[in-house]
Amino acid sequence: MKMKLIVPLALAAVFAVPVHAASSDELDMKAREMMKDSFKETGIAKKHRMLQLDFQEACSQAKLPPTAVMKQIEAEQMKTIKWPSDGKYYGDWKEGEKIAISGRGLTWRDKADAENGGGCYNCHQLSHNEISYGTIGPSLLEYGKLRGNSDEMVKYTWGKLWNAKAYNACSNMPRNGDAEILTEQQIKHLMAYLFDPESPVNKR
Amino acid sequence: MRNALKLVAVAVAAVVVAGTATAQSTADDIAKYREMIADGNPAELYEMQGEELWRTLRGPKKATLEKCDLGMGPGVVKGASARMPRYFKDTGMVQDLESRLLTCMETLQGIDPKLVIDGKFNSGERKTMDALVAYVVTHSKGDAIKVDMSNPKMKELYALGERAFYYRAGPMDFSCATCHGEDDKRIRLQDLPNLTTHKGAAAGWGSWPAYRVSNSQFWTMQHRLNDCFRQQRTAEPIYASEVTIALSVYMAAKANGGEVMTPGLKR
Ligand code: HEC
Ligand code: HEC
Repeated sequence: MKMKLIVPLALAAVFAVPVHAASSDELDMKAREMMKDSFKETGIAKKHRMLQLDFQEACSQAKLPPTAVMKQIEAEQMKTIKWPSDGKYYGDWKEGEKIAISGRGLTWRDKADAENGGGCYNCHQLSHNEISYGTIGPSLLEYGKLRGNSDEMVKYTWGKLWNAKAYNACSNMPRNGDAEILTEQQIKHLMAYLFDPESPVNKR
Repeated sequence: MRNALKLVAVAVAAVVVAGTATAQSTADDIAKYREMIADGNPAELYEMQGEELWRTLRGPKKATLEKCDLGMGPGVVKGASARMPRYFKDTGMVQDLESRLLTCMETLQGIDPKLVIDGKFNSGERKTMDALVAYVVTHSKGDAIKVDMSNPKMKELYALGERAFYYRAGPMDFSCATCHGEDDKRIRLQDLPNLTTHKGAAAGWGSWPAYRVSNSQFWTMQHRLNDCFRQQRTAEPIYASEVTIALSVYMAAKANGGEVMTPGLKR
């Protein structure tokens, strides 16, 4: 995805002596400067991580953007979804469980070649057996059992895992496929974890 | 004393682990732990060290910190951290407790702030900072959070802090609000205060710095923020940088009127 270029605003910083209350635009500029200057590169966490993608910027306030903007973001994000290259949606649910449990990866303490986890349990209830789950996202307990495995449901779920923003512009859920957090194979394993009748998500 | 506290810490770790067998939140386990150690907190060790350090001749200038002005006049520690961050005329800046202590260490003792800013947590001068912070914050325990927001610089930092709080970036698109923007959310079993409300900010801001049972370490607010940014997958915030002060002002202002519970006791 395209990075938004942030123009250095050195001049603004020099002249913005607070003799008057800064306007909202001035504060926006100062905040952008601050998000650039207050951080350093450590390990794999490079400074460019502080730049914002367009939709990240649009979703950076307490209020959601207007519906039209949301729709436009969703349409753009939809285009980033890659469908399974061999047409197969499912891997191995046992592998999927490991990926759902692991919240590792992408911090400045992680190695570049480390395999990332999905961190699904940080935010979702999934299995009948795992009671240590977060609540930022909805419960996905008995996901396959409750929703069935129609083409439509399977495709929606794949798309949601690949890029959650395609369905909800400012979703709190990461773009696992689009942001290259997880591989296509890992997403297949997670699909099996959600849909396989033998998976503890569906089987008590 | 040291050993006794270590033992208690081990016992707690056991409570916390055992607690995961039921779907209750970590808060319940911590509450049990608090009861077990009555009104003791392993942070007391840091506090005692800090009190000693405050009076120790250190640095190239071989001076103590006894003339350090934390906003209440030279040497006054009582109630100081309840009123921070605050605007300081002498530096012309809004400072949190840690950046203010850096100023005192530099001006009074001649200690280079870079030793802390470029240092590593739990070692060297940052460890010294931990102890000093523990000492100072203990002397506001029970006070009301009382941050003076009348200064224009404070207002500006609040506005910047609010923007930082909602700033989404990085490979996971997270902001502080992703994890701290709604009531009654948790990550795994860890309760997440809603820092956009008075209640949540008072609980979160008011209970840090804190002693962390899970790793037997005392963490300052700079350390807490650093680890949240790590989980957010941003680049690493520079110690005492503007964003850390702005977020502190934002949280402290929301928390105003709440109770100072520092040093806190955490998972
Ligand atoms: C940081 C939080 C977070 C993480 C991590 C997360 N999700 Fe989500 N997820 C959400 C939220 C919030 C929603 C609700 C809808 C929305 O806003 O996107 C959601 C929705 C979903 C849905 C759609 C549910 C529905 O009812 O249609 C699925 C499926 C899902 N998540 C699966 C996963 C899987 C699998 C993972 C791990 C790879 C994961 N999520 C990681 C927050 C998260
Ligand atoms: C991906 C999740 C995540 C993000 C993003 C995040 N935090 Fe946190 N935060 C946590 C967790 C989890 C805890 C509890 C830690 C624990 O129990 O060890 C926490 C704890 C805290 C606390 C202490 C609360 C208390 O009651 O003890 C504060 C204050 C805080 N975070 C502030 C922030 C700020 C400010 C930001 C943004 C710069 C932020 N957090 C971003 C997950 C996050």
